[in-house]
Amino acid sequence: MKAAAFDYIRPETLGAAITLLTRHGPDAKLIAGGQSLLPALNLRLSAPGLLIDIGRLAALRGITLADRTLHIGAGCTHAQVMTHPLIQRHAPLIARALADVAHPAIRARGTFGGSLANADPAAELPACALALDAVMHAQGPAGPRRIPAAEFFTALFETALAPDEVLTGVDIPIQGDTQWGFAELARRTGDYAMVGLAAVARPGTIRLGWFSVGQTAILAHRAAATLTEGGPLEAACTALADDLPAHDDPQASAAMRLHLARVLLRRVVGAWGGR
Amino acid sequence: MTSITLTVNGEPITATIPARLHLADFLRDHLGLTGTHLGCEHGVCGACTVRLDGAIVRGCLVLAVQADGCTVETIEGVSDSGEVADLQHAFAARNALQCGYCTPGMVLTAQDFLLHAPADADRAAIREHLSGNYCRCTGYEAIIDAVETTLNARRTP
Ligand SMILES: Cc1cc2nc3c(=O)[nH]c(=O)nc-3n(C[C@H](O)[C@H](O)[C@H](O)COP(=O)(O)OP(=O)(O)OC[C@H]3O[C@@H](n4cnc5c(N)ncnc54)[C@H](O)[C@@H]3O)c2cc1C
Ligand code: FES
Ligand code: FES
Repeated sequence: MKAAAFDYIRPETLGAAITLLTRHGPDAKLIAGGQSLLPALNLRLSAPGLLIDIGRLAALRGITLADRTLHIGAGCTHAQVMTHPLIQRHAPLIARALADVAHPAIRARGTFGGSLANADPAAELPACALALDAVMHAQGPAGPRRIPAAEFFTALFETALAPDEVLTGVDIPIQGDTQWGFAELARRTGDYAMVGLAAVARPGTIRLGWFSVGQTAILAHRAAATLTEGGPLEAACTALADDLPAHDDPQASAAMRLHLARVLLRRVVGAWGGR
Repeated sequence: MTSITLTVNGEPITATIPARLHLADFLRDHLGLTGTHLGCEHGVCGACTVRLDGAIVRGCLVLAVQADGCTVETIEGVSDSGEVADLQHAFAARNALQCGYCTPGMVLTAQDFLLHAPADADRAAIREHLSGNYCRCTGYEAIIDAVETTLNARRTP
């Protein structure tokens, strides 16, 4: 189908984008890569009056490393992030996860920030942000603020961003001796997963970020605590029943999903050895 | 209505268009470049694949206004320049198309694979790269064969 009519504007600066967003309120929508928004418009699931294109803003670009923190601009495309040497070296989890996001033609346009702001419960990057303990940078009319990933994904397709805030970038703390793992089960390459896991072990903490398990990406706290305390992998698998919501959908029943989640946990943490 | 200027298959184009017009409809309806096909119009099938500033994209998921200032190449462009002549020949030789509806998108995606293929690329890598392009009648075996044939031929000096 074709999208309903809308106006379009491509502001030159982030400040101008925020001013427009504030002035037009709920009738306006930001467009970054458009790889989630344009399907929704073409299917007429959404019909905003104005699209504000932030896709070319230099302020949202760039991947940098400083003070043991990796900063990823919200406007970097999936393809740019996936192939960037700093990401491959310091956040290989993200490069690996992005290989399972859609297809090359979609990764050429879709953005890192767009995926996080979209907060699809089946998306890979929100779970990675949780597992890596990322910090979101938002900017609105009142100025910049930071939001920990653990407080960012609030409900189905909803985040802690205010309606007039733009996600500008993401900080990822880099720590030595990090072990990581990623696995998802999808029926076809590039499809959204039936269930997926992004896991990170740092000195003293293990974080297990899950996607396609409910209304938002979530951290499995009990299973992670079991592993952090040196407990056996099977005990962590048992604890998963309390961590994951019982989520039925046409892709998988809750029982099947829990079973598959345990398969993934065994694969990922089993590969770390020692348990 | 918005005015845009872009390069399509090497030709400078200026047009005034509604914002909601996507790039594939712009190419087809405004420029008469009907080699770019439309299947699903929500990003799933790959029939609308074109090159935008050198990277393959979904023509149905880019607004024409977003292509302002950019370089677009369609199947007509890469076909006329001879860039994909060997690949097209391999498709024909292996019967890798029946109705041909998916073929422009397949050829552009396959060419993208061939341009960036690592030295150890194999059939699995071809499958992975083409996984976002649907063919509803030929089946994938012959298409993968045609791409593999071209990969091997281009590797041979
Ligand atoms: C066929 C297909 C398959 C896909 N498969 C997957 C998959 O397997 N896994 C996956 O994770 N994704 C998948 N995607 C989605 C893809 O990853 C998108 O690129 C991503 O979800 C959104 O990024 P975008 O830049 O395109 O955002 P847009 O579509 O431009 O925007 C999405 C939403 O986020 C808002 N937004 C965008 N940027 C910002 C910002 N900086 N600040 C505040 N709000 C913002 C927009 O207003 C909009 O509401 C798929 C898409 C398609 C079409
Ligand atoms: S028509 Fe664009 S992906 Fe199907
Ligand atoms: S040849 Fe008919 S859809 Fe592929």
